[in-house]
Amino acid sequence: MSGTDPEKEKRKIKSVQKMKEIMTNYYIEAKGAADTGKKVAWITSGGPVEPLIAMDVIPVYPENHGAMIGASKMGVELCEKAEEMGYPRELCSYARSDIGCSVTNGGPIGGLPKPDFLVCCNNICGTVMKWYEVASRYYGVPLFMLDTPFTHRKFPPAAKQYVIDQIYEYIEFLETQCGRKMDYDRMQEVGRLSVEGLRLWQEVLDSGAHKPAPITAFDAFFHLALIVTLRGTQETVDYYRQLRDEMKERIEQGIAMVPNEKYRLLWDNLPVWYRTKWLSEKFAAHGACLVGDTYTSAWSGVLPLIDEDNFLESMSQAYSQVYINVSLDIMINTLRRMIEKYDVDGVVMHSNRSCKPYSLGQYDLQRMVMEEYGLPTLMLEADMVDERSFSESQIETRIDAFMETIKS
Amino acid sequence: MSSLEKLRSVARRPYDYAKSVQSSESKPILGFFCSYTPEEIITAAGAMPFRLFGTREDISKADAHLQSYCCSLVRGGLEDALTGRLDFLRGVVFPHTCDSIQRLSDIWRLNTGMSVHFDVVLPVKLTTESARSYMIATLNSFRSELEQGLGVTISDDALYEAIHTYNRIRELLGNIYAFRSRNPSQLAASDIYYIMKAAMVMDRSALVEQLDLLWTELRDKAGDEQDSGRKRVLLTGGICTLPDVYTLIEDAGGDVVWDDLCTGTRYFEGKVREDGDPIEAIADRYLTRMVCPAKHMGMTIRGEHLIRLVREKQIDGVVFLFLKFCEPQGFDYPYLKDFMDRSGIPTLLLEVEEQMLSEGQLRTRFETFIDML
Ligand code: SF4
Ligand code: SF4
Ligand code: SF4
Repeated sequence: MSGTDPEKEKRKIKSVQKMKEIMTNYYIEAKGAADTGKKVAWITSGGPVEPLIAMDVIPVYPENHGAMIGASKMGVELCEKAEEMGYPRELCSYARSDIGCSVTNGGPIGGLPKPDFLVCCNNICGTVMKWYEVASRYYGVPLFMLDTPFTHRKFPPAAKQYVIDQIYEYIEFLETQCGRKMDYDRMQEVGRLSVEGLRLWQEVLDSGAHKPAPITAFDAFFHLALIVTLRGTQETVDYYRQLRDEMKERIEQGIAMVPNEKYRLLWDNLPVWYRTKWLSEKFAAHGACLVGDTYTSAWSGVLPLIDEDNFLESMSQAYSQVYINVSLDIMINTLRRMIEKYDVDGVVMHSNRSCKPYSLGQYDLQRMVMEEYGLPTLMLEADMVDERSFSESQIETRIDAFMETIKS
Repeated sequence: MSSLEKLRSVARRPYDYAKSVQSSESKPILGFFCSYTPEEIITAAGAMPFRLFGTREDISKADAHLQSYCCSLVRGGLEDALTGRLDFLRGVVFPHTCDSIQRLSDIWRLNTGMSVHFDVVLPVKLTTESARSYMIATLNSFRSELEQGLGVTISDDALYEAIHTYNRIRELLGNIYAFRSRNPSQLAASDIYYIMKAAMVMDRSALVEQLDLLWTELRDKAGDEQDSGRKRVLLTGGICTLPDVYTLIEDAGGDVVWDDLCTGTRYFEGKVREDGDPIEAIADRYLTRMVCPAKHMGMTIRGEHLIRLVREKQIDGVVFLFLKFCEPQGFDYPYLKDFMDRSGIPTLLLEVEEQMLSEGQLRTRFETFIDML
């Protein structure tokens, strides 16, 4: 092996190390919770984590764990375990692999720490409700369901009130589980930190609009973990400030993530976790850079709906109207804004077998992109964790053909 | 034509029936997919609720909007809309159910060009006071949206009348089910299928008449043949769009004597109170009847319900039937099966994709299952 290529070294995002450190410590703490006496709550990725942070509960995210399982290519084995237990192969592969992991304690980190209770918010899908019911039966622990009504054409005051009521029911639930009262001053502070973290994260993502882009969607997939997991902590704010500053520097110094960026693309849907590197290299070989995506911006996308001074109540609407808990028309509008902001040459859509709320309707989105913007689109049939739904040769051919269209 | 023949003929050709109602009565017809659709309000608005069951035709147009990995009900429903087979519908009412139906609603509104469209975003959790308040508010706003959309007013009196009609329908269907459970030889199981299907698509006043007639006929034949030696089977799952299933089980020596289907007992279970605020009364029925897997009530409530049914109806075996790609059902299956296993009740799982059903295979599986009981 020859020494490191200085050009390549320069392009690497330096904050990656810090991120790995934080995540490692976080999982060590979570796995050691039994010894420290801290409570562990499993929570869905779209769920309100802030009250947990304010109550000193360790939030654990089976979906983040699912992503790790996918990235370490252990998905198939664990999914098959769940299938043996009778869970159909058609179910979301985060759920299947997590269920498989619960009974085997397998996977990249030897299983998640056992939950003391569960918090499920259905603002991402109805799947999580069923999945958390399974977990609640399996571990014999209570489940709090936060039901966030879907917005087709409107989000009426009654829906908002319903979610506000539930936020207080949620806090009561936490008080019972933890045996102590919520400190509302602390809650206010956590809310403030959450908003600050989200703003910084959005700035990081916005930097992809610069030409050439200092960051790609593939990097964003990696750096996302903290905004999902530890939103509302000072550590997260500090981390994203560092990352944001690094992006600024990269822009000043003209450092591009993809050397000789010629084509700019947008990614839709969850990553294909077991192939992020492969895909990113594949596109980069064509001089194409995935400069933005609809997935990692889902958390910060609702920032305009949050009122920092009334965090608890304003978060009811914000949590209810995240990117996939809204109708196709609203999603189309978001996509329009992104196409314009990132000034892209094409859109890559991951038709993800696992995720129906994200994927069904993509054909209509695709048509809009082609008709309104005349942009080429690529539909990749795959799955985020279950590699059995990924055909390398077929996808390779399709990417090449798509890039030919873009170049012509 | 006897009442049974009348019901069968409606169930066999529901679209033709709808067209005939439309041309003779110019009644607006509203489609729906789910038993959380507040049909009483639709009926009180002077419209006819019409349940959609997907299609048995090949999928050609729906493929441009839906990936292959959603259930055949969703794809088939859209197919019929896009090919014009549902042109008799003024629009469709979509209560919040599963992720696939949720997206279907958007795709439907954006592509089918029907003149009205309603989303009734009911709560998913049915256990709390705040969910109840929200459910009531949502049903009330559906009432006004319907008034606007159809250009009518819905009086409380009309609601009471509709509630009364539906309670009568539920009672009659319940009677017929109970009769059949005791006297399987007096009524073919596939007739239960036809009766239920007709009940969800027919003009409800005409339906009450037919069910009344049928019940009067059946009542006199009532006996008790619970010990006929034939195996008593319970069907559980989502919707059943397959009359053949009943016949095949019958041929194999079993009788489907009860079900836990949303196009079966879950459709008629529970009455709506006939006093007090009519909308609240409708909400309360949804909050108390047995849940479907797309709603949240308790961790093991469906399993306990199933065990109760098995005991009450002296069931020998349970058939799980659901559409391929159905997540709500798929997640519940292992635990429900486990409940059955632990109570020593044999089960059979059928995951079906409507277009791909081979009668021969089904026949063999049922025969093996019934022999085992
Ligand atoms: S991938 Fe989709 S279906 Fe699975 S948990 Fe996430 S949002 Fe739900
Ligand atoms: S199973 Fe539930 S969600 Fe599905 S149609 Fe029936 S009632 Fe509706
Ligand atoms: S069968 Fe299942 S997936 Fe299909 S519409 Fe009903 S609940 Fe949804």
